[in-house]
Amino acid sequence: MTFNAGNYDIIVVGAGHAGIEAAVAAAKRGAKTLMLTLNIDMLAFMPCNPSIGGPAKGIVVREIDALGGVMGKVIDKASIQMRMLNTRKGPAVQALRAQADKTVYMQEMRKLVENQENLTLRQGMVDSLIMEDGVCKGVVTETEAEYRAEAVIITTGTFMRGKVLMGHLEYESGPNNQRVSVNLSENLEELGFNLKRFKTGTPPRVNSQTIDYSKTEIQPGDENPRNFSYETTTKIIDQLPCWLTHTNEFTHGIINNNLELSSMYSGVKRGTGARYCPSIEDKIVRFDDKPRHQIFLEPEGRNTEEVYVQGLSTSLPENIQYEMIKTIPGLEKAEIMRPGYAIEYDVVAPTQLWPTLETKSIPGLFTAGQINGTSGYEEAAGQGIMAGINAASKVLGKEPVILDRSQGYIGVLIDDLVTKGTNEPYRLLTSRAEYRLLLRHDNADMRLTEIGYEIGLISEERYNKLVEKKRLVEEEIKRLKKIIIKPEQANHLLETINSTALKDATNAYDLLKRPEVNYNFIDQMIESNEALDEEAREQVYIQVKYEGYIKKSNEQVERMMKMEDKKIPEDIDYDGINGLASEAKEKLKRIRPLSVGQASRISGVNPADVSILLVYIEQGNIARVAN
Amino acid sequence: MSTDTITAISTPVGEGAIAIVRLSGPDAITITNELFTGKDLHEAATHTINYGRIIDPETNDIADEVMVSVMRAPKTFTREDIVEINCHGGMVAVNKVLDIILSKGARLAEPGEFTKRAFLNGRIDLSQAEAVMDLIRAKTDKAMSVAVKQMDGRLSKLITELRQELLETVAHVEVNIDYPEYDDVEEMSHEMMRTKSREVHKRIKELLEVANQGKILREGIATAIIGRPNVGKSSLMNTLVQENKAIVTDIPGTTRDIIEEYVNVRGVPLRLVDTAGIRETEDIVEKIGVERSRQVLQESDLILFVLNFNEDLTEEDRKLFEAVQGLDYIVIVNKMDLEQKIDLEKVRELAGERPVITTSLLVEEGVEQLERSIASTFFEGEIDTGDMTYVSNIRHIQLLKQAKQALEDAMEGIELGMPLDIVQIDVTRTWELLGEIIGDTASDSLIDQLFSQFCLGK
Ligand SMILES: Cc1cc2nc3c(=O)[nH]c(=O)nc-3n(C[C@H](O)[C@H](O)[C@H](O)COP(=O)(O)OP(=O)(O)OC[C@H]3O[C@@H](n4cnc5c(N)ncnc54)[C@H](O)[C@@H]3O)c2cc1C
Ligand SMILES: Nc1nc2c(ncn2[C@@H]2O[C@H](COP(=O)(O)OP(=O)(O)O)[C@@H](O)[C@H]2O)c(=O)[nH]1
Ligand SMILES: [Mg+2]
Repeated sequence: MTFNAGNYDIIVVGAGHAGIEAAVAAAKRGAKTLMLTLNIDMLAFMPCNPSIGGPAKGIVVREIDALGGVMGKVIDKASIQMRMLNTRKGPAVQALRAQADKTVYMQEMRKLVENQENLTLRQGMVDSLIMEDGVCKGVVTETEAEYRAEAVIITTGTFMRGKVLMGHLEYESGPNNQRVSVNLSENLEELGFNLKRFKTGTPPRVNSQTIDYSKTEIQPGDENPRNFSYETTTKIIDQLPCWLTHTNEFTHGIINNNLELSSMYSGVKRGTGARYCPSIEDKIVRFDDKPRHQIFLEPEGRNTEEVYVQGLSTSLPENIQYEMIKTIPGLEKAEIMRPGYAIEYDVVAPTQLWPTLETKSIPGLFTAGQINGTSGYEEAAGQGIMAGINAASKVLGKEPVILDRSQGYIGVLIDDLVTKGTNEPYRLLTSRAEYRLLLRHDNADMRLTEIGYEIGLISEERYNKLVEKKRLVEEEIKRLKKIIIKPEQANHLLETINSTALKDATNAYDLLKRPEVNYNFIDQMIESNEALDEEAREQVYIQVKYEGYIKKSNEQVERMMKMEDKKIPEDIDYDGINGLASEAKEKLKRIRPLSVGQASRISGVNPADVSILLVYIEQGNIARVAN
Repeated sequence: MSTDTITAISTPVGEGAIAIVRLSGPDAITITNELFTGKDLHEAATHTINYGRIIDPETNDIADEVMVSVMRAPKTFTREDIVEINCHGGMVAVNKVLDIILSKGARLAEPGEFTKRAFLNGRIDLSQAEAVMDLIRAKTDKAMSVAVKQMDGRLSKLITELRQELLETVAHVEVNIDYPEYDDVEEMSHEMMRTKSREVHKRIKELLEVANQGKILREGIATAIIGRPNVGKSSLMNTLVQENKAIVTDIPGTTRDIIEEYVNVRGVPLRLVDTAGIRETEDIVEKIGVERSRQVLQESDLILFVLNFNEDLTEEDRKLFEAVQGLDYIVIVNKMDLEQKIDLEKVRELAGERPVITTSLLVEEGVEQLERSIASTFFEGEIDTGDMTYVSNIRHIQLLKQAKQALEDAMEGIELGMPLDIVQIDVTRTWELLGEIIGDTASDSLIDQLFSQFCLGK
């Protein structure tokens, strides 16, 4: 017999990276929220690499922070190293990466969650959903506790029918030997969801005391470390370095000799792994001409000796892992503390979701995170916050929030998932974003904080700061355009940097546009703007320097938006539209795009189908007016 | 509702040598006026026809003598300003005119787009909407199949190669961005990028030059003339060439075997298979046997099958009839000035639905019927889709031009010292535009390339 264990607005199942963002966002928006998880000691656990951020992913963390999420703030507190990547490249691809102290990350997150108003944290294994008239109304746990709510967000990561693989050893398990979640998976299947089987893996961890670092190369953090969150004011001190070493022919020999022992090469059909998270076995098979592969040694925290061996993800048997490790310079005597393993798990094919992350077949049910076929903490968190926001919108009767592809990597991520689906664990890459010049690390706040404020995730104070920043940037640009610089003022200075001399007077704005000219240079000849802080100044600089490219991107966005703005009526009957090709019909019926823009991104829907769709919709509009 | 101006060749059925370029949209008159010597079209009354010339602004050469109709909104087919330029110089001139107009900022119309605009602007009523959608479908499908069919195998191969080079370059930049610590590959430098861009740019330029000479632009309907020796194949070729001001392309610097003869028969551009090819098809049956000849014929869009009026049907003729079954062919029974020895009833029976024309190439009889028959084979039952065949080629050229421009933007960025990830935006654009030519727009290729070219991951 079930018992009623409580009534909430929103229930979040899972307290991983997706679940936490979802729960906090929903609670902050005023929804009474419950977060259920298998083991609250494992809240915000990082089952794989001890780092957050990097290209594209780091920008997602900034976006989450700009919207009012928590990942950025917490990693700022828990980082043991910060590195800005791609600093020698353009502003669009610079991104921050933190090495995390995994334990501190979990503790800080736990503190934050426990102190969040409207949010209840509880341990429990969810087995099934409560369904009423086809609508999701809550969950039931294995202890028969029944929790009721208006919306449920499932964020169960890699736990659903998880199976750990290591050599010939196989056992049902969640990551890191946590309990596996079987019933929920079955329940989702019964409810008609199409589940796929994906796979990922993790490398062994070794004991730091047994590493000979003298044979490796040090990888220190930045001298001037930055933060993820716009709200963090302190700077990390006492950073820990990472270390670089390489595999060699001996390592490869051992792997080659034991390939058939790897669970991935044993011939048994397995879930789909991502090409971008290959195991070391994969790398050696696919790139057999490479004499060596990079291995990064990353500390898992300040108060542990465990070191993560990045580059050595494997599902070879434990004894082979021992042999293999010893061939690597610096690790000759290294002791493995935990062996690497692969894990297979169920995911929900994400084309079953609306762009709000609500499932199409069951109103009130949302899914977010790795369960949707992604991989990575940041991808999970990015979906989590959007699912939380939208579940709250639904419950509170507010407008849904959907980010488009020009607003953020989060928009790209979700649009890709729900429009195209994925055949392997999906990871964000900068190349997935067609407007990446607009989706920068530095302007996440300019893009998203206003939205965060409107939905109640960003404080008045922070919003005002943004408004002020925007004003300063605009004024500075105006100011630069007004300042006239005469040849006699500039030419002797221009000569020092090999820049062509001015023939006529120009303005400071145009001068700053020259590739070889920077702000400090301009400052030599004009009065500097004292009101402008570093951040605003960076904005101005980027906006001036890349004006032409930004303009081009903006024009593309405008073109895209024309198609995004053409909404497809919910009750559209694709079968009734004559000209559509049958493949397009079938895809449109399945994906049910919200706009013509989204429809045009579905593979198999070609330009003729899009034209026909446009005419059809326009016809509908005319008909409506006529009636 | 629409803000841009579209254009296309829209030659109505069977109007022979006259071809029309149509523009619709707010800039239709302005664009035409800039190229037109004659009356100031802004001053021209609506629904008038004006005589003048279209001048190529780049070379100041006369592109064609034309009659220009100006029709002002709203009393037009699309309810926008429409200009129709009636060209006299046949398909070559009309293509040139279209090309110039495109360079002046008009956009090449999508298949069926004039009709679509007519609908969206309320010119066509609701009940006709269905028909509009069918039309778009039909036109697009036709345009696509023609585009694919017309695409020269060499062109497609070349474009694929260029794209692969660009893709590798882009993937290289991407790997530097997404995996900044990956030390297995040299960091892409401005110099490397410059070299690669220049290489590809040079090849696109070459392609365009060839296109401008007519190689691609005039790529017509591949036409094979077949028949036994002495039935009059060469004579037919000469007649078609002479009557229709054929352009003999002999591109300097290219090998002899790609000499091609182009004729324009009532608006249908025929590419009479290169002389080498024609010589081959001549003795096709005896030389290479029925099986192989069938294959050669399959590659032609149109077959002109010549028989001799003055001889009875032979075994070879019958074999040829078999070989052309299911293809678009026209039977020409030549030498009607001589005594009839052929059984015409039998010929008609063998030809089934296909047209049978009797001619005398010697005294030039029946040639007109033949030309009409060729034209109707291609325009049969179509309203104004006669343009499709050539538009697809123009589209290729347009895309090539845009690709070239995008690459020039990239090269400019390199010279300015822009970061490579920014330069790469234009390189990627080039790659995409080239992809549109061969109908490959899959955006996943880059990611596939990334992970097959480099060994990445944790
Ligand atoms: C072995 C391994 C290797 C990985 N390698 C990489 C990598 O190389 N790169 C990368 O980017 N990412 C990697 N990941 C993925 C990364 O860990 C995840 O993407 C991220 O943690 C997903 O976050 P999530 O919130 O979706 O799920 P998780 O963080 O897994 O959280 C799931 C939560 O759901 C709870 N839960 C599960 N079932 C139930 C239930 N029935 N009832 C209640 N609660 C439940 C769990 O207790 C947990 O709190 C790896 C993961 C694993 C396990
Ligand atoms: N009487 C007559 N002779 C023709 C006619 N057409 C072609 N010929 C002649 O037939 C001969 C062969 O013609 P040709 O075009 O070389 O035939 P091919 O071998 O098929 O290419 C030439 O002498 C032509 O002048 C025609 O209509 N009537
Ligand atoms: Mg001959």
